[in-house]
Amino acid sequence: MNKIRKYSRHPGLNMGSTDPETHEAAETLLFGFWVFLMSDLVLFALLFADYAAQSQHGVAGGPTPGDILDLKNPFIETMLLLVSSFTFGLAALAMKYRQDRTRLVFWLVVTFALGAGFVGLEVYDFTDMISKGHGPQTSGFLSAFFLLVGTHGIHVSSGLIWLLVLLVQVFVFGLNRNVKTRLMRLAIFWHMLDVVWIGIFTFVYLFGVA
Amino acid sequence: MTGQPFDYFWLGKLSIDSLPFVEFIRDPNSNTAVGAFAKAAAIGGAMGLMVLLTVFGKWRVFWHEWLTSLDAKKIGIMYIVLAMVMLLRAVIEAGFMRAQQMLAVEQPGPLAPEHFGELFSTHGTIMIFFMAMPFLIGIINVVMPLQIGARDVKFPLLNAISLALTAAGAVLIMISLVIGKFSTGGWSGYPPFTELAFNPGAGVDYWIWAVTLSSIGNTLTGINFAVTIYKLRAPGMTWFRMPLFSWTALCTSIIMIFAMMPLTVATLMLALDRYAGFHFFTNALGGNMMNYTNLFWLFGHPEVYIVILPAFGVFSEVFSTFSGKRLYGYHSLVFATMAIAVLSFCVWLHHFFTMGETADLNAAFGIATMLIGVPTGVKVYDWLLTMVRGRVRLTTAMLFSIMFMVTFVIGGLTGVILANPPVDFAVHNSLFLVAHFHNMLIPGTLFGMFAAYYVWFPKMFGFRLSEKWGRISFWCWSFGFYLAFMPLYALGLMGAMRRSAQWFDPQYLPWLVVAFCGALLILAGLASQVVQLWVSIRDRDTTRVPGGDPWDGRSLEWSMSAPPPEYNFAVIPQVHDRDAFTWMKKNGTSYTAPEHYEDIKMPKNSIVAPVICALTAALGFALTWHIWWLTIASFIAVWATVIARSFCQNTEETIPASQVREEHERWLRSVKALKPAPREHETTSANQGLAEVVV
Amino acid sequence: MEMEPDQLPDSEAEDPRQEFREYCIGGILAVLLTLAAFGLVASHWLDTLGCLMVLTLLAVVQVLVHFRYFLHIDLRRSHRDELQLILFTGLILFLMAGGTIWILWNLNSRM
Repeated sequence: MNKIRKYSRHPGLNMGSTDPETHEAAETLLFGFWVFLMSDLVLFALLFADYAAQSQHGVAGGPTPGDILDLKNPFIETMLLLVSSFTFGLAALAMKYRQDRTRLVFWLVVTFALGAGFVGLEVYDFTDMISKGHGPQTSGFLSAFFLLVGTHGIHVSSGLIWLLVLLVQVFVFGLNRNVKTRLMRLAIFWHMLDVVWIGIFTFVYLFGVA
Repeated sequence: MTGQPFDYFWLGKLSIDSLPFVEFIRDPNSNTAVGAFAKAAAIGGAMGLMVLLTVFGKWRVFWHEWLTSLDAKKIGIMYIVLAMVMLLRAVIEAGFMRAQQMLAVEQPGPLAPEHFGELFSTHGTIMIFFMAMPFLIGIINVVMPLQIGARDVKFPLLNAISLALTAAGAVLIMISLVIGKFSTGGWSGYPPFTELAFNPGAGVDYWIWAVTLSSIGNTLTGINFAVTIYKLRAPGMTWFRMPLFSWTALCTSIIMIFAMMPLTVATLMLALDRYAGFHFFTNALGGNMMNYTNLFWLFGHPEVYIVILPAFGVFSEVFSTFSGKRLYGYHSLVFATMAIAVLSFCVWLHHFFTMGETADLNAAFGIATMLIGVPTGVKVYDWLLTMVRGRVRLTTAMLFSIMFMVTFVIGGLTGVILANPPVDFAVHNSLFLVAHFHNMLIPGTLFGMFAAYYVWFPKMFGFRLSEKWGRISFWCWSFGFYLAFMPLYALGLMGAMRRSAQWFDPQYLPWLVVAFCGALLILAGLASQVVQLWVSIRDRDTTRVPGGDPWDGRSLEWSMSAPPPEYNFAVIPQVHDRDAFTWMKKNGTSYTAPEHYEDIKMPKNSIVAPVICALTAALGFALTWHIWWLTIASFIAVWATVIARSFCQNTEETIPASQVREEHERWLRSVKALKPAPREHETTSANQGLAEVVV
Repeated sequence: MEMEPDQLPDSEAEDPRQEFREYCIGGILAVLLTLAAFGLVASHWLDTLGCLMVLTLLAVVQVLVHFRYFLHIDLRRSHRDELQLILFTGLILFLMAGGTIWILWNLNSRM
């Protein structure tokens, strides 16, 4: 492995010398997408700050976080999302080293299933809360809760749609440079959503119960 | 609400009352007459444009050369045109507001209070989101890629989509003039006044969606520009060889990336309150309107620097170019710009000192606010010292820049006064504040954009603007500004509150009359700019600058023909100095043919952006009027368009090296035939865009 | 100041097993940290304040693990542009979220 050309690293998995042309194209594209993600993080930071205030000051005689949050489903959701991050990593490795469409598609489908499970469980949780009379119209606290957790859920859902589109493109175009760089961008989007979820399960669910 | 269920399904809350002129026909009076005039002007303007395009058979050109173009220069020019149209509307509204306040001393004015509320809301919203932002983004689009030696921005389609979103917001605001009413909540739209309980009409919704669309567009623009500057600089263009305008463009873009988001969050939360019964900012059930105030100014203060930093960049270029000197204190200007960009995120609380927090908190933010005066002061000294011992040429752009410096310092001083929380308690929400921020934004942003318009217009279109009419507009704007806004300081100290539709103190009258005269003078300034454009286009054959360098420019954008070729540079230049083009001129490497040319890849035109503009405008309109079928359809269509585009494979076209060679050599030959103009003949027809090189 | 050369040395040979191992280490660490956080709350092992502090610490560590092993951000080898961006974002997030919480708490204390 004696490479003369050295590569700088961008976020996410690097194609490096396995596909130098894609690596070079990805460098700027991923930087651009990374900047977008930073802007997206501001969105979440603001929703967290809003939740921090509203969950304390906006209860308005209604239920408090401790009254209505439990840990069972969030724990399952956490594990689903975490494992899906890992399987996306395996998909990326399959794309990088094997140029292996079957293996890539397999791991992408697994990732999709796990993500869909996460969204499904979250939707179930939300409808359950609403049916118990704890909908977002109840109090400032619950408005902030639904907005923060729901925004994350919408992000995951759009990631799922994106994943479907890319699966179609893998079949239509094969693993060309466009498809590869798009998968690389979706990968860092997906990992970043998992990072945001760490904040949610810690500061919303665990803090709420503890 | 009023119609049958069938109508409600198809038309939402639209009814006969929301149609134009119905109000005027039912109850003709001064108030509805002004409304009818505005509606007629808006409809007439749109129809006039279509008639002109049809009569001259320009629809095809309009579509192929402009609307679907991904060329940053053309996108920039479209941004600037949008900004100027909106400027026209907002300044005329300002004239009506000054007239109302003058005529409403101890009696009701000609306009109803609700109507007056719409006027100040649209005036503020337009001036910030649809005049200042598009103007500066337009200038950056035209100039920045040329200045850093790039062929285009990094993401050309995204650039077009950003314009589409901003334009869709502007379309919504124009539609609000014709159908229904706009918000009366001011440009800041504070709840609980803008909540459903107090404002059930469609006005606030128009405001929410117009602002949301433009803020998303601006976030994307910020990302695009920042990546362009980070990744696409020409070889040799190190960070500290980058022209100052590009530096300010970078800092502005970074602020946009981070600061537009709080606004998007705030408006969407307000929308959730209004549409879905959430309790973020309501009075009841744990809502907290202060939360909105906080979010809005988390955006609002950095926004001030978004609109002012590019103007600082323009002034830096103007002072240096028209003094014939290297910019003084380049590094200090760069660091001052960065310092301002960071500090802009540390001071937002000074917009609500009176909201009720403790004195400690107010003091902390008051001190941070005063600190901003330091880097800004550094800049003013640098500009002054750039002019010292230079050969200063008082062109229109230079006049605007000098007037900016004088006026802006006065505005800055009143800003330091307002940064004291105890003083702020006395004058907050008064006309003193209105005078202060106009004193910052008119010289700071508007004069900067005018200067940029005069300097780079020849680069964009290949001919200069009329200097005579430029000077007339300059004097009108300058005197108009002082007459219109200095009285407001006095009025504010006398206790006049902003946004008042009627007064009860006869002592205000003389001041209000003076301010109204100032507003008339400003309108005259604007009118002379319209005349200037007309005269300049008419006489364009005497002011052509085919050489491309009418002002003895110092940076790379002056090194190619005017207007520049689609690909900007025949060959990407090597940069050796901070004043890259001056270096080339002195070393005799400007206007030389390179050894060999290469094929150039440029993005193909795309219909995605105009489609997204139409769809998002429809989406905003549907949301405003609760037309749910259209909401769902247009929302899905927007994303379907984006996904469909991702399946397009051939998005680039290649311009062969032979064509580039031919075009470049033809231009070089035409430059050889030009006579270099000495600077004293800069504003005469002797100036053909080739500067005399003084070694 | 000169511009950083675009290429920084990529010390790691591109070894599929090595990169697979990275994902595995990340996955295992993340699972352990998650289990620790949920276990801590379920077991009521600490008092509330201590519990919140340890939870915050665990979350920060887990974020770092995700950045390192899944996003492959590395202080030594990542591109300088990206590092500048991350650090600046950190500053802005701190100012915005911290400032918001400070202001809203301060206001609430005087209601």
